[in-house]
Amino acid sequence: MEYFLQQLINAVTLGSIYGLIAIGYTMVYGIIGMINFAHGDVFMIGGFMSLIGFLLCAMLGISSAPLAVVLVLLLAMAFTAVFGWTIERVAYRPLRGSFRLAPLISAIGVSIALQNYVQLAQGARPKPHTSLVQGGFTLYSANGFDVRVSWLQIVIVVLTVALMAGFTLVIGRTALGRQQRACEQDMKMASLLGVNVDRTISLTFMMGAALAAVAGMMFMMYYGVIDFFVGFLAGIKAFTAAVLGGIGSLPGAILGGLLIGLIEVFWAAYFSSEYKDVAAFGVLVLVLIFRPTGLLGRPELEKV
Amino acid sequence: MAEPLLLVAGVETFYGAIQALHGVSLEVNRGEIVALIGANGAGKSTLLMTVCGSPRARAGRIAFEGEEISRLRTDEIARRGIAQVPEGRRIFPRMTVFENLQMGATFADPAWFAADIERVFGLFPRLKERRDQRGGTLSGGEQQMLAIGRALMSRPKMLLLDEPSLGLAPLIVRQIFETIRLIARDEGTTVFLVEQNAFGALRLADRGYVLVNGHIRLTGTGAELLADPQVRAAYLGGH
Ligand SMILES: Nc1ncnc2c1ncn2[C@@H]1O[C@H](COP(=O)(O)OP(=O)(O)OP(=O)(O)O)[C@@H](O)[C@H]1O
Ligand SMILES: [Mg+2]
Repeated sequence: MEYFLQQLINAVTLGSIYGLIAIGYTMVYGIIGMINFAHGDVFMIGGFMSLIGFLLCAMLGISSAPLAVVLVLLLAMAFTAVFGWTIERVAYRPLRGSFRLAPLISAIGVSIALQNYVQLAQGARPKPHTSLVQGGFTLYSANGFDVRVSWLQIVIVVLTVALMAGFTLVIGRTALGRQQRACEQDMKMASLLGVNVDRTISLTFMMGAALAAVAGMMFMMYYGVIDFFVGFLAGIKAFTAAVLGGIGSLPGAILGGLLIGLIEVFWAAYFSSEYKDVAAFGVLVLVLIFRPTGLLGRPELEKV
Repeated sequence: MAEPLLLVAGVETFYGAIQALHGVSLEVNRGEIVALIGANGAGKSTLLMTVCGSPRARAGRIAFEGEEISRLRTDEIARRGIAQVPEGRRIFPRMTVFENLQMGATFADPAWFAADIERVFGLFPRLKERRDQRGGTLSGGEQQMLAIGRALMSRPKMLLLDEPSLGLAPLIVRQIFETIRLIARDEGTTVFLVEQNAFGALRLADRGYVLVNGHIRLTGTGAELLADPQVRAAYLGGH
């Protein structure tokens, strides 16, 4: 029981990180119907940016942990947002309106380019990092087993829930969100109503990238290590999470992330850690067979 | 004579290698209702969309309020004060009626919103009843009302209407034409209207143009065109 609870806490943390990345996939897909396969690498860049940010903070003598975390978070989000903007501008926008696979291939190219760039600029070896947010508390102990929650885990989960709620509100209730949805549903009509479609798409990419930066930072702090390749697997898992939850749905992205986290952690805990990814992808296949739109995907109830 | 609100001069529009508009020239003056009639595939929708910059004219001039707009982006043209009810209505299917109307007001002064939405609901009480229904589930007629209401929400200087009567019951058609007349008369909105229903459109319009295979073939007042034997033969079969 205690072991189960501990694994549950770990799974929710991991799932939250996946969920944060998945939101980026889902938002971009929701608006321009494209899978941004470079998103995982933007997440990785966010992780590296926060590593560099923490080093800068240390150099500048900023020793207050909350202050440093907030500063680095803002820095990483701003920097990756610029990355997101640039990627869309350089690699996707020129291909808009060409055949469907073109931007996908371009995205894979961007992904490889980013990985190689970071590998060259930062080296291939994993970079360790000692998190500023240490410690936690014992939830309860029994049978000689402590169920512990770290402060960082709480930060991760709270941040994820807050960001999901915030972005759901932005998309569902604000003028910007309405314009984003309008672009998703009919770009030409949106522009006939005065919406600058290019600008709206750029903003969407920047929002997605900024979220990936949050995830990258949390990932780096949680695991205490980062390298140029982390974006690949995390990106694929987050993509899986987005599809599982129903691509296009923000709560779906978080739900999918949590499910992938749970499956992965519990499979590793109770069966074998080698097959944890197989289990996660297996569930994806099953869900898609029975619910092709994903768990929270919108059923198509429009009339023609 | 004062400059026209919209001036189209020698416009040529292509889809790839296919030319859809051949040197089209026309003008629409402030406060007028102008009808454009023509057979299927004549290029009527193409002309309205070309005014909005999508597709772009490959040659010719398009001036709105005396300023060249043919190089502007579609959204910039819209913000100059041109609203279109496009072919197929293009309601946002997964937005509610209310959200669709909000989209129409995207670049309007927020202070107008409350009054404008009441005005649209006044013109089309059905929309008020269906305020929270998703656009995609409205009936064809309701969608047409919503498309017109959405276009009005920006308080446009000029309203482009692409076949507002298409597929509607005669009673609704009359109601929509009456609404167009009110909009033009009471608010001074200029209307440029494309119609298959040539009889209704020419009776409503101050002036009209006839488009044939991408060429403007005839022009005159609504009454003149209604009396023209060629027009009667080609477009007014039933009347
Ligand atoms: N996207 C497109 N690509 C290629 N050709 C097109 C495209 N849109 C329209 N056309 C062609 O351009 C010509 C004019 O089309 P348009 O839609 O403007 O006609 P229309 O007068 O509005 O006809 P209708 O009364 O049927 O709506 C037609 O021959 C049509 O096939
Ligand atoms: Mg047409």
